[in-house]
Amino acid sequence: MKISSREVEYVAHLARLEVTEKETEKFTAQLNDILLYIDKLNELDTKGVEPMNHAISVTNAFREDKMLDSIGTENSLTNAPDARGEFFRVPKVID
Amino acid sequence: MDFETIIGLEVHAQMLTDTKIFCGCSTKFGAAPNSHTCPVCLGMPGVLPVLNKKVVEYAMKMALATNCVINKSCEFARKNYFYPDLPKGYQISQYAYPLAEHGYVLLETNGEQRKIGITRIHMEEDAGKLLHDEHNPVSYVDLNRTGVPLIEIVSEPDMRSPEEAADYLKRLHEILVYLEICDGNMEEGSFRCDANVSIRPRGQKEYGTRTELKNMNSFRNVQRALEYEIKRQQYLVENGETVVQETRLWDDAQGVTSSMRSKEEAHDYRYFPDPDLVPIMIDDAWVKKINEELPELPPAKRERFIKDYQIPAYDVGVLTADKALALYYEEVVKLCNKPKVASNWLMGDVMRFLNEDKRSIRECPIKPESLADMIKLIEEGAISGKMAKEVVEDMYKTGKSPQEIIKEKGLVQITDEGELVKAITSIIEANQAQVVEYRGGKEKVFGFFVGQVMKATKGKANPQLVNELLKKMLAG
Amino acid sequence: MELNQLTIHELQEKIKNNSVTATQITESVFSRIDAVEERVHSYIRLMKEDALAAAAKADVDIKKGNIKPLTGIPIALKDIVCTKGITTTCGSRILHNFVPPYNSTVVEKLRSAGAIFIGKANMDEFAMGSSTETSYFGPTRNPWDLERIPGGSSGGSAAAVAADECIASIGSDTGGSIRQPAALCGIVGMKPTYGRVSRFGLIAFASSLDQIGPFTKDVEDCAIMMNIIAGYDPKESTSVNAEVPDYRQFIGRDIKSWKIGIPKEYFIEGVDPEVNAAIKKAIRVIEQSGGQCVEISLPHTQYCVATYYIIAPAEASSNLARYDGVKYGFRAADVRELLEMYKITRMQGFGSEVKRRIMIGTYALSAGYYDAYYKKASQVRALIKHDFDEAFKPCDVILTPTTPTPAFKIGEKTDDPLQMYLSDVFTISTNLAGIPGISVPCGFTSRGLPIGVQFLAGHFEEGKLIQIASAYEKNAKIEKRRPTL
Ligand SMILES: [Zn+2]
Repeated sequence: MKISSREVEYVAHLARLEVTEKETEKFTAQLNDILLYIDKLNELDTKGVEPMNHAISVTNAFREDKMLDSIGTENSLTNAPDARGEFFRVPKVID
Repeated sequence: MDFETIIGLEVHAQMLTDTKIFCGCSTKFGAAPNSHTCPVCLGMPGVLPVLNKKVVEYAMKMALATNCVINKSCEFARKNYFYPDLPKGYQISQYAYPLAEHGYVLLETNGEQRKIGITRIHMEEDAGKLLHDEHNPVSYVDLNRTGVPLIEIVSEPDMRSPEEAADYLKRLHEILVYLEICDGNMEEGSFRCDANVSIRPRGQKEYGTRTELKNMNSFRNVQRALEYEIKRQQYLVENGETVVQETRLWDDAQGVTSSMRSKEEAHDYRYFPDPDLVPIMIDDAWVKKINEELPELPPAKRERFIKDYQIPAYDVGVLTADKALALYYEEVVKLCNKPKVASNWLMGDVMRFLNEDKRSIRECPIKPESLADMIKLIEEGAISGKMAKEVVEDMYKTGKSPQEIIKEKGLVQITDEGELVKAITSIIEANQAQVVEYRGGKEKVFGFFVGQVMKATKGKANPQLVNELLKKMLAG
Repeated sequence: MELNQLTIHELQEKIKNNSVTATQITESVFSRIDAVEERVHSYIRLMKEDALAAAAKADVDIKKGNIKPLTGIPIALKDIVCTKGITTTCGSRILHNFVPPYNSTVVEKLRSAGAIFIGKANMDEFAMGSSTETSYFGPTRNPWDLERIPGGSSGGSAAAVAADECIASIGSDTGGSIRQPAALCGIVGMKPTYGRVSRFGLIAFASSLDQIGPFTKDVEDCAIMMNIIAGYDPKESTSVNAEVPDYRQFIGRDIKSWKIGIPKEYFIEGVDPEVNAAIKKAIRVIEQSGGQCVEISLPHTQYCVATYYIIAPAEASSNLARYDGVKYGFRAADVRELLEMYKITRMQGFGSEVKRRIMIGTYALSAGYYDAYYKKASQVRALIKHDFDEAFKPCDVILTPTTPTPAFKIGEKTDDPLQMYLSDVFTISTNLAGIPGISVPCGFTSRGLPIGVQFLAGHFEEGKLIQIASAYEKNAKIEKRRPTL
């Protein structure tokens, strides 16, 4: 087993995904398959290999400190599922 | 038991740019909620960040001013966590490869120098603001601050007392403001500080369990919070209890720290290099250019003031605490060439007026030229020191030059000997009894005559000249 | 031939000599849509009114002689590129009602070139899939066999071109999402070099792999589309500021004395015999065209899928964190507290494939596993890139099958994610290395399903791909068939 159902629950919580017991079971099985397959990579010795984070070698992409138009409160809120006044509204954090 | 305190600070300073770190929205404080926003800082689908070059240059300035090594290559990483003030679900920050590392600042307490190490300085974006409804179980999100550029300055656990921590903070604050890369406003959150604090029995090598303190928004509160927290930890240890590693909030009103009681979830930020941003390569030429742009920093300025102006260390401390004040002072001295007199006027009357009105030197209605002119007028004897007190107050109130005020008020000193001799003669004639007393050795009466002359001349007589003439004429 | 069956360059000719109007072309496309869309389901959203209005305006321009490269040409957009004022869903419930207040750069470029947008094409949810079955809006069917998948994730864009429901379309390719459906639908599809076409406004799946590209009916149209969409964009940090050639100049040039690498690792067990035969035939055509085919080795090929299935989900898990029910899109009803809102919203808003990948990615980045998974995969990625660098030293281009099999049946692989992932085995390495690739039709199976051949070149050598693809297209003389819908 690469990953236990408890780990799957922890990962689901980190990713803010509600999972049913059945889903946890299914994810555990599928993730195990996938992770076992991914174990292939351990056949390779990668000591000293610089990780490749970008597909191209661009560096120093900057913009100048120049103001551009904002879209304004109204346009910022039009897509919001719950907007009140000039704010996005969300349920309260409960400890 | 004798305990040693270990303190490390994490300072967040807002960079004084016009626009946000990854988009062209304004960074101005106090705008209508969610108005300084665009698809990029709102975290809308498909949009991409492009780095504001000025943020890098400002961060480089701070790195150089705090003796850090600027890394030849650094990168941005994503810090992943969910919170409504974080529209992308991750904060763009730096992690494995920060901009600069291995710096220090020097603190001087009672003539003794202490070196406080700086672990790293990195760039990141700020989050938005969450307002909690007092009556309903909801919160409101304002994303204006999202994407405002910050640098985080992480210190080594090198501080040994709350006073030292406060000193260090003040030093960082001073440097940031001197560099003109941060406005240093703690109330608006442009300069924020979290502290890590632990105690250990003196002589013990290992660190004790530390707590992280948040929500201290003034130098004084940092010191108070640390003092409280150290006492709390000492009490726990002395009573056989253990310090729990946790984040604690400072409550200003109650004067205590309290646990945030957040869910027992270990933070798992899943940092990884941000694929949307490319590495930043900083070559020697760029570092050199930024280095050349650095202004004179407070320690160097203090040294130079003492050497060039020969004024007391106390004066130097006051005058260099604010870069604008130092600049003002230097301009005055340049024009009047009286360093100590200039310092007295500036630190005395002028600063008193400013403090009363809660104004900064930048808002001072008296121009440096005017103050220098006034000092010159005193030196030339055109006005007396006493008259000058009145003049400087008027200069502050009206913004007029001393010459204008003197002219308007007819404050010119009488330095004409003939005129004064005439006045003294008639006073001696009218007060023969006192003359006799004086001549009989009662020298106190001299003051009476000075007073009379001043009264007769409406205070315009040059005091020195009055003294001289009186002595001569009373002697008979 | 109906107008909707023609290519861009054929229509341009007709527009220039005033034998057709933009309105006629657009209407012909919509009448085809009326006839077949119900069965194919290429689109999530049609923009008929806007399109006809744009066509009317184009006709005014045409009359004035103001003809731009795509004036009057009906184009479909994968619903992953943001369109200002037009709902953009990315095939997901979580964005079912999202109306972007901005255009993606590619949409801006196409619009200024005169294109007429027909609709937003169907796709796998967040481009995660190889079959267009994971769309919240239902699957797209392969115009050549309605029982089969069109490939994915840009299945709607590919099917729309194959079924003549548009003239050309835009897709995106993270691990083969343009080339694989192009092959399975019998059309041309190109994934340009990473950084060549702006990603601004392209809803991110895996940011270091995603790239926008065109679907067209022939190679010349591909060059025309590339001329418009390629180029530096200051709104994207990973955009490359390099000159863009006129890709049309490579059409019709020969490939005499070119060296074409045939990687032995791509001719493995599990490749469908009919696909194998078609590729062998394609190699002979290339040789007959003057190219010299040589066997090469890309030794890390067998690690590509594993590498991809760490990197892509890891980036995706972070990219998709913004769908939290706060600023836009779907929010679950009746949630009373924040954590619940996040979890239920994301549970109901995402489909199972998306959730699966978010889970893999979150796991791969989580404390204690980063080095073993994400870092390891990034290192192997460097080795894969190095394989290509070595291969392109002696070779001009590389030739491979685009897919191991022709289109499979709908539902065939939905329960076995790993089998589904393996169908991308020949296209994934391209994205990991950031190089360009093109898929060109190379024949049909005995059941009449299309097969594609893939050409790969070094960074920014799209010109070479156009050149060999055009030479191959000319010399292979693949029989012109149209799906019988
Ligand atoms: Zn913005």
